[in-house]
Order: sequence, then structure tokens, then C-alpha cells
Amino acid sequence: MATLAETGGAGRGRRSPLLHLSDRGTVIFLGILAALAIGVPLLNQLPESSVFHVPTYLVSLFGKYVCYALLALAVDLVWGYCGILSLGHGAFFALGGYAMGMYLMRQIGDRGVYGHPVLPDFMVFLNWKELPWFWYGFDNFGFAMLMVMLAPGALAFVFGWFAFRSRVTGVYLSIITQALTYALMLAFFQNDMGFGGNNGLTDFRDILGLDLRSDGVRNGLFVASVLALALGYIICRMIVASRFGKVLIAIRDGESRTRFLGYKVEYYKLFVFTLSAVLAGIAGALYVPQVGIINPGEFSPINSIEIVIWVALGGRGYLYGAVLGAAGVNLAKSYLTVAFPEIWLFFLGGLFVLTTLFLPKGFIGLITESRLFRRRAKEGQGDG
Amino acid sequence: MAEASGVTVNRSAEAKPAAGSLLYLDGVTVSFDGFKALNALSMIIAPGEMRAIIGPNGAGKTTMMDVITGKTRPDEGDVLYDGRVDLTAEDEATIANLGIGRKFQKPTVFESHTVEDNLLLAIKADRRPFAVLFSGVREAEQARIDELLALIRLDGLREKPAGDLSHGQKQWLEIGMLLAQDPRLLLVDEPAAGMTDSETAETAKLLKEIARSHSVVVVEHDMDFVRDLDVRVTVLHEGSVLAEGDLDTVSANERVIEVYLGR
Repeated sequence: MATLAETGGAGRGRRSPLLHLSDRGTVIFLGILAALAIGVPLLNQLPESSVFHVPTYLVSLFGKYVCYALLALAVDLVWGYCGILSLGHGAFFALGGYAMGMYLMRQIGDRGVYGHPVLPDFMVFLNWKELPWFWYGFDNFGFAMLMVMLAPGALAFVFGWFAFRSRVTGVYLSIITQALTYALMLAFFQNDMGFGGNNGLTDFRDILGLDLRSDGVRNGLFVASVLALALGYIICRMIVASRFGKVLIAIRDGESRTRFLGYKVEYYKLFVFTLSAVLAGIAGALYVPQVGIINPGEFSPINSIEIVIWVALGGRGYLYGAVLGAAGVNLAKSYLTVAFPEIWLFFLGGLFVLTTLFLPKGFIGLITESRLFRRRAKEGQGDG
Repeated sequence: MAEASGVTVNRSAEAKPAAGSLLYLDGVTVSFDGFKALNALSMIIAPGEMRAIIGPNGAGKTTMMDVITGKTRPDEGDVLYDGRVDLTAEDEATIANLGIGRKFQKPTVFESHTVEDNLLLAIKADRRPFAVLFSGVREAEQARIDELLALIRLDGLREKPAGDLSHGQKQWLEIGMLLAQDPRLLLVDEPAAGMTDSETAETAKLLKEIARSHSVVVVEHDMDFVRDLDVRVTVLHEGSVLAEGDLDTVSANERVIEVYLGR
């Protein structure tokens, strides 16, 4: 045992946080992301006659999946590691998306249908005379990006402050997160809110002065999304592998026990919940220019539930499980909604029921457990 | 660190009998829907003392622990720590950081964490989120964890998830976690529950060892175990103190016999 104590002891004391990223799953995951970030834009450059050519619309479709993956990652951080089942993360995603959408609207300038130099079309249509105060500054890219993180982050902080301090947990917390996103949806549907009402924000033209429809910008947005996912993953991995992450898991498994050990559980929850909302906001901001529209439908409670289904199917509490779930379900969705549009919801629902019943740890959980099982079987043989 | 975070200090109590005590309960009453779980309970624990609390089911033993550790707020009465800190105004985490550790009746360890990580979570350190976020495992902490692992005889199982341990091992791990916190006062709820006779005797030995450098309050049903501890005993009944003294005096008390054996 002395050797164990030595390696476990002295080694861990000096271990740098970066070394948390050296586990095999992380290396493989980041490797795949790097391959995607380089490979997809390259394949897009091939002549259209080539079988390996990836058309630009597919680049943006993949980009959309990557944004969903980042969103799923954000949900896994709070649900998989801290036990906070948020059914309102779609709200943070949409808020980030709206902040980006507002910037893109201002980029249109005087090229709108009504040709107004400052006001977006929908404001001219509503006969507004001047820009509402909360649209100020969104012509500046830096400011808009700040708001992409600040708006969802601030909402999550305020919401979490009240919810976690009042010790709202479990299904009650899930319900109020649903209420949160539903209330925001109703609010954003109002024309008076100043966010384009029912139609939302669309007809974007440029980003940073470059044509949004050009191949270069489409590839650039894809690469930016993959980089954001990689960065988000690294941040999440470093947190969950740290001492802080151990406290999160402790909260998930025994909240009151964690309090009796002297940890202020509400502050830990508030920190991850806010961080998770910021990540969701960034995902939303990258999503909007790639799909070309943001409307109040993104706040729909169903959307938030769907995110949780991705995470559950992929396997919660692994980080890459959430990413895999988001990508897998959305690939299936893109295919099935075209091939068999009427069965898609049954398929998704059935998959969720089956996972809940038979695969509580999701797809990744199935793989790791079968590997563990095989190893134990082998050890058992050795003993016998 | 927690001492600096503005705990409520009850100055009027300083002159009272609370002065010099480690834990001072006076007239503590807790009712749940009219049922008085604690009824004007008063008790004083001196620094360095080890005390056993016995009593039939529903006597209020666990509720008393809940009040001391901030889980339950009393309807009436004073709960003072160190003769001056009003525990009824603090939450669980603050009270834990003040130096009161608790072991539960049912062993509650973090099942998906390894044995070693359970101790790491418990070890005395800055508990504030940002301090924890950027802290690694210091050499001194690792050394202390190794020491504790040897003490609770789990050093061969350090990498095992705590969920895989036997019931008795979980009890010991939880005692180890309590020690890792290095509290001044340990509240231990039925440490021998579900243990074999030899494990029970070992646990009594371990607790006596701990009591040399800590104040300990033990709640227990098992009379042999209490006899092994050989300390002052408080008998609770229907939420208040029925008798107090050494075990022989207490078990000769007629009221105690009545409560325990029925009339």
C-alpha cells in the first residue's frame, strides 16, 4: 500500500489543472473536433463533382448540430454533475440568439425593405420613430458579444439566487424553469417588447461586414462553433475534474450531507448554473447566423425538454455523452423528419422511454459499463 | 474563516451559565404539528467532555441533533456554542465550519465518490467556491488522508467507490470523514447500528480514542455499547431530560426503568 500512497499522494499534490485534460476520452473527443474543424471546410472546397464534396448547406447544418451539442454540454454540467434538472435552458440559448440577432439586424443598415438607416424593418412597420434604448450599442460587435454572455448569465444568476437560496430542488425547480422559459416566450411574442414579435429577427445580410451567405462566412461560422464547443468542453472538464467538481457530485448525491460538511450548496449551484447559462447563450449566438432566424418559438418549453432528452440518450455525467446525444438525435431528426415525417415524434418519445427504462446512464453509460463488466469477468477468470 | 463571517453572538448569555460551556441548550422546544419533539430541553456539554444520550424511540434524540446542526429551527429556547454563538441563527454550512461535525444514523457517504475522495471532501479547508475551484490537493492534506485511511482501516480500498463498501465500512468511513473535518464537537448518531459485536467494540474503542482530543456527543440504543464508553449519560424522554449521571445511577432510577421497561 505504501506505493499507492506515494503515487496517489505526492503526484496529486503537484498536478496541474491542465493534466485533467489528458484522459483518453478527452483526447479522443478533442481530436475528433479538430478533425471536424479542419476537414469539413476542406471538403467544402472540393469541386462539386467529387463524391467527397460537402455542400455549403450541409456545413451550416453541421454547424447547427455543433451549437446544439454545446447547449447539451451546458445542460450536462448542471444536470449530470450537480443534479439540477433544468427544463429551461432553451431560454438561455434563445437569449444569446436574440443578442446576436439584434447585432445582425443592425448590420442590415439601410438595406432593409423600408430603407430606414437605423430602424429594423419591423420597427418601421410598427410605425416606431426611434430605436428603443435596449437596442443601443448592438451595432457594435464587441458589445453584442458581451450581451450574448451577459443577458443569459444575469438571468440565470438572478433566477438561481432566489431558487437556490430558497432551496427549491428536484421536480419543483424543473417546473419553475419551464415556467421561466414559457413566460419569456409569451413576452417575446408581444410586438411591444421590441424584438420583432411573432416573426422574430430575420433577413440578416452581413456579419462583421461580410456576406452571411458566402461560403467563407459559412465555413468560418462552422469553425467558430467547433472552437466554442471545444473551449466549452475544456472549461467544463477542468471544473468537473477539480476539487470543485467533486463538491458538485457530492451535492448531486447528497445535498444535505454536503451542507453538513460545511459547503454552502447554494453558491456552488449558482456558480455552475450561471456558467451553464452563459455557455447556452454562446451556443444560441452561433446558431442564429447559421440558421438565419431567431423567433420566440426558441423559448418554447418543448425545446428545453428536448435538450434534456439529448443528454439522457447520450449519457449524462460524461460531457461527451451529451455532445453525442445532441448530434445523434439531431442527425436522426434531420433524416427522419424528411423520410418519415409522421413517425419522428414517436421515434423520439420511444427512444426516451427505452433509455429511461433500460439505459439510465445513456449510450456512453452502456459502453463504459459493458467494458467494466468484461474487465471484471476477466479478473474473475484470473482468480478462479 | 467562518468565525470571521459575522456569526451572531449572544452577549447577554455570556454572563449566564453558558459561559465556559461548549454547547448550551436552554429550554429548547420544537413542535411538529402540535407534537412536541423537544419539550423545554436543557443540557450543557463542557469542553472536552464525552456524553452519551439514550432514550426510547421518539424521545427527541435526532431532533436535538437537527437543532444543534441548524437543520431544524427551534420554536423556543437558546442554543449556544462556545458560550456565545447563537446556533439558531446560522445555517448548516456555517455551523459545520464553526467546528460541529455530525455523523448520521444511517451511514451517509457519497456513494459514487471513492473512499479517498470522500475524505478529501470532508477534510478541513476553505470551503468557499472560488477557493475550492482553484485548489489542488496539498501535501499536508494528502498526508492527513493517508493517516485517516489507516486509522479507519480502509487504506486498501481507497480507490473503491464508497457505494461498494459494507455497512460497517461505511460507518467507519463516515467516522473518518468526521475526523477529517477536525471539529471541536462531534455529534454521533447510533454509530454501532447494524454492526457485529466485534465491530461494535472496535467502534467504542475508536470513539474513546477520539474523545481524548474532541468533545463528543453519542446517541445510542445499545446499552452494552454505552457501558463500553463509560461516560456520563443523559436519558431523554418525550423531548426533555429524564435523568443524568453515570450509567449505573441512571439505570437504577425508577422513572428510567419505567420508561424503558414499561410499568
